[in-house]
Amino acid sequence: MFIIWKANVEEVTAMTTSDHKIMAYRRPDGSVGIRNHVLILPTITCATQAAKQAADLVQGAVSFIHQHGCAQVGVDYDQTFRTYYGMGANPNVYGVVVMGLGCETHQARSVYSELKKTGKPVELVSIQDEGGTLSAIAQAARLAARMVQEASAEMRVECSLSDLIVGTECGGSDACSGLSANPAVGRFSDMLVTEGGTAILAETTELIGAEHLLAERAVNEHVRKRVYEVIGAMEKRAFGMGIDIRTGNPSPGNIKGGLSSLEEKSLGASAKSGSSALQELIDYAQAPSRKGLVWMDTPGQDIEQMTGMVAGGSQLVLFTTGRGTPTGSPIAPVIKIATNTGIYERMSDNIDFNAGTIIEGTETLASVSERLMDEVVRVCNGKMTKSEIMKQHDFGIWRIGPTF
Amino acid sequence: MTAYKTIWLNTTDNVATALEELASGATVTVQADGRQEQVLLAQRIEFGHKFAVRSILQGEDICKYGQVIGAAVCDIRAGEHVHVHNLEGKRGRGDRNDNE
Repeated sequence: MFIIWKANVEEVTAMTTSDHKIMAYRRPDGSVGIRNHVLILPTITCATQAAKQAADLVQGAVSFIHQHGCAQVGVDYDQTFRTYYGMGANPNVYGVVVMGLGCETHQARSVYSELKKTGKPVELVSIQDEGGTLSAIAQAARLAARMVQEASAEMRVECSLSDLIVGTECGGSDACSGLSANPAVGRFSDMLVTEGGTAILAETTELIGAEHLLAERAVNEHVRKRVYEVIGAMEKRAFGMGIDIRTGNPSPGNIKGGLSSLEEKSLGASAKSGSSALQELIDYAQAPSRKGLVWMDTPGQDIEQMTGMVAGGSQLVLFTTGRGTPTGSPIAPVIKIATNTGIYERMSDNIDFNAGTIIEGTETLASVSERLMDEVVRVCNGKMTKSEIMKQHDFGIWRIGPTF
Repeated sequence: MTAYKTIWLNTTDNVATALEELASGATVTVQADGRQEQVLLAQRIEFGHKFAVRSILQGEDICKYGQVIGAAVCDIRAGEHVHVHNLEGKRGRGDRNDNE
């Protein structure tokens, strides 16, 4: 199959779709995982330490620390619930041990019941029911150990890129982000969409000033309207606080890197979306209902954004960085892409891929995005990313209401 | 004469970006869509930072990517560093009471 990219007609790229088969895990609900984790999922901050200790006992089990799950109401309650559920439902997770305390507002039992519907193995442990921390840790570890052994007997089967939901993100941006790594991710995103997959564009804050360009690409009037609605709501939060959004975004590191305003950062950030039509606008931690390019309404804060996309079903995240960041997820590989060669070399502990060759003029955008596609396929097939090797298990929920 | 690396993304842009550190007093060539301009730099420009390609008046829009990235808070001469000291964002300005 031959594709001629609109943006650069002189760079005709020959691409065979058959090259992009991946070997992955097919889950009971038909979704496809590229990892095979057992997740000990604490649905309340009170259970996070016990969940972590249980996970430490069991090879193949993961968990994460957070501070949520109690005294939350309304849409804020719903969003946190959706995030917990989404982490468990993510196809990179073979099975889940949901861990609660017992008296909290986000009842572990409710998350457990919802997760059961996915058909994957799900168990429930309550610290109060178990009679304390040590018994709860033992029970969670026992259940997780059993699941890990079952998970290890699962075989990878041939799947395709159309099964993928790839989250795209930029963090620690510099002036090169919009010139090298983000456009490379944009071209990758177009390739993925052409092959029937799904790409998530997010970080609404960092699209302020570029929304008119995205609205033009909306598939229908409803989506076009939603673009302006979510941008308006985000900008209003800054108005409501009576501050210049630039006091927090762009960050001091962005500014040092040469970015002068949020609009400049946004125009660079939006390059990650490529040129595909915008299919829908989804809420934070919501699973896309359509294939193709979708926009998830998240803040620009890296960890909250990544968590929202992974809870929305992203099996893989592409993360561009100019200043260098360690960000990773407990359940999804994150491919860290340098916008400039200097940072790629200085932070090789954390960065997987270099797009800085575009800035140096030694490689074309087309060549870098082809190379990125190859790397994505390798990571889908099991190659570990730096954030996985570093056990960078970041997790953060975008809270949209006060704690009571 | 050293040929410095710069990028001028669009001929409607009144700023260009340094792709390496540029020396003060250097004359750099910026190119976009087959058009070329020479700019004499008034200051050292760091990697990734912007400089004015032509004079920009106070209040005038500053453009990059062919889009508005902010406005000039004072007059800026061609060759001057353009950054947070002389460019202000126009969006998310909760510090102003002229929103809505």
